[in-house]
Amino acid sequence: MAGHIALRQGTAAPQSRTTTESPVMRWLLIGIALTFLGLMLVIPLIAVFAKALESGFALYLKAISEPDALAAIRLTLLTVAFAVPLNAAFGLAAAWAIAKFDFRGKNFLITLIDLPFAVSPVIAGLVFVFLFGKPGIFWPWLSEHGIKIIFAPPGIILATIFVTFPFIARELIPLMQAQGTTEEEAALTLGASGWKTFWYVTLPNIKWALIYGVILASARAVGEFGAVSVVSGHIRGSTNTLPLHVEILYNEYQFVAAFAVASLMTLMAIFTLLIKNFVEWKVNQQAEKAAIHHGQTEDNHEY
Amino acid sequence: MLKQLLQKKHSILPGFGLTLGFTLFYLGLIVLVPLSTIFLKTLGLSVQQIWAIATEPRLVASYKLSLGASLAAAALNAVFGLIVAWVLVRYQFPGKKIIDGLVDLPFALPTAVAGITLTTLFAPNGWIGQYFAAAGIKVAFSPLGVVIALTFISLPFVVRMVQPILQSLDQEVEEAAACLGANRWQTFVKIIFPELLPALLTGFALAFARALGEYGSVVFISGNMPMQTEITPLLIMIKLEQYDYTGASVVAAVMLVASFLLLFLINILQWWSSTRHA
Repeated sequence: MAGHIALRQGTAAPQSRTTTESPVMRWLLIGIALTFLGLMLVIPLIAVFAKALESGFALYLKAISEPDALAAIRLTLLTVAFAVPLNAAFGLAAAWAIAKFDFRGKNFLITLIDLPFAVSPVIAGLVFVFLFGKPGIFWPWLSEHGIKIIFAPPGIILATIFVTFPFIARELIPLMQAQGTTEEEAALTLGASGWKTFWYVTLPNIKWALIYGVILASARAVGEFGAVSVVSGHIRGSTNTLPLHVEILYNEYQFVAAFAVASLMTLMAIFTLLIKNFVEWKVNQQAEKAAIHHGQTEDNHEY
Repeated sequence: MLKQLLQKKHSILPGFGLTLGFTLFYLGLIVLVPLSTIFLKTLGLSVQQIWAIATEPRLVASYKLSLGASLAAAALNAVFGLIVAWVLVRYQFPGKKIIDGLVDLPFALPTAVAGITLTTLFAPNGWIGQYFAAAGIKVAFSPLGVVIALTFISLPFVVRMVQPILQSLDQEVEEAAACLGANRWQTFVKIIFPELLPALLTGFALAFARALGEYGSVVFISGNMPMQTEITPLLIMIKLEQYDYTGASVVAAVMLVASFLLLFLINILQWWSSTRHA
């Protein structure tokens, strides 16, 4: 199951007069769709920035540059710096094994990789409390050695790795499956080593999907709230990530500051969507190239 | 060893053992072992004890809200998502590309941001909430607010499931229906809709599954009143804060079982969908 923004492929079908609706019906449907999206997406998007800048730009800058906000930004970036590269390494390994080889239990493995999408974020945090927190299996050993995982950055990083686990693998697996193994086989036959083949043949082919997966995983890692909330302990300036900082400000009725920090994350979300459109275009190009190579002419819509 | 055990046919590509080994190790370490602790925590309990915890009145009230609000949100998204997908695939209008890109916003926007924004908009004095308040309807801090937040976070699923199917539909079938005297509505109901149904149901189930587990956006807009506007994930949080670890593990186990059943259902739906559009 896709709990994230999958890349899409395909072109619009041409329309003829017998297969479309009357103009009245058409504009009615467009009106309904735009009203729904306007109410649910556009107005909230405008509201974030309107509320953030309500009391002027000076207050906005102050809110995003106070020490607690900066500490939250630092911790959030640290979390991303651990979680995303680890999940990228996993995504590459999983996609290589699944896409390039045939083995028993492959579909079951793909389902297991998707599992974190199906689990509530609160449970994603809870499981690490049950491992490393007070009720945890490793608690006696950890407390004896003075190692803190829960209510400390390591717990936040672990919970974030859990919730962003499938993102990069999910982008790479279908693309590498569609690309097949012929190019790699050719490189190996010509005498390239395994690493060389991966580096010069496979990686350039999956570059854009990998970048897109990394950006998606980063966006989710920055924005994760439920899982991190369970393991953080909400200690200001030390275990607060950006979303938790927003929560504290909001609950203290510091609405302008809350929306100022929220607007930073909204800008990140908009950036993610822009990159998505760019990468979709790039991946489509790569897929078309691959299709020509494999002599396929029909579009692959089930992406 | 892994190679001989699992691989179906020999391949000249290297790295099977290494990559599959790392994949399984990492999957076990990050996902499977941690998730198993939920069930390990409930092992010491008898079936009666588990039942007693899982059916506390406050929890039952939260199940009703979580299930009801998630169903309502998924249903809203099924109806409007179908219309949005239809409009985006079939019609031309100014700003279409931007609107199409914007549909994914709920997946990219942090849930806490969505939570505080929707709460501010739908509060009785908010931009949208004031009109509801004038009509005597309370949106924020009521179950209706929960439905709004869940509709927002699960909005892209139906659109993104239905869109590619609608794009790949063969227009000649619709032309044939028109030639045989069917009007547009008959063509839609008898020809197009059955083709879209598996994708629509998959999108509905994905939206429902996502809504069931959602926490970040809901806690702001619901007001979290016991027996009235508490969702099930919030009760895990509350039990954890009260150091009731057993209680938290039972609620989590109930939610996990529900998620696994949904995941199974979604896999069946996707398989059905793919066999139709093979």
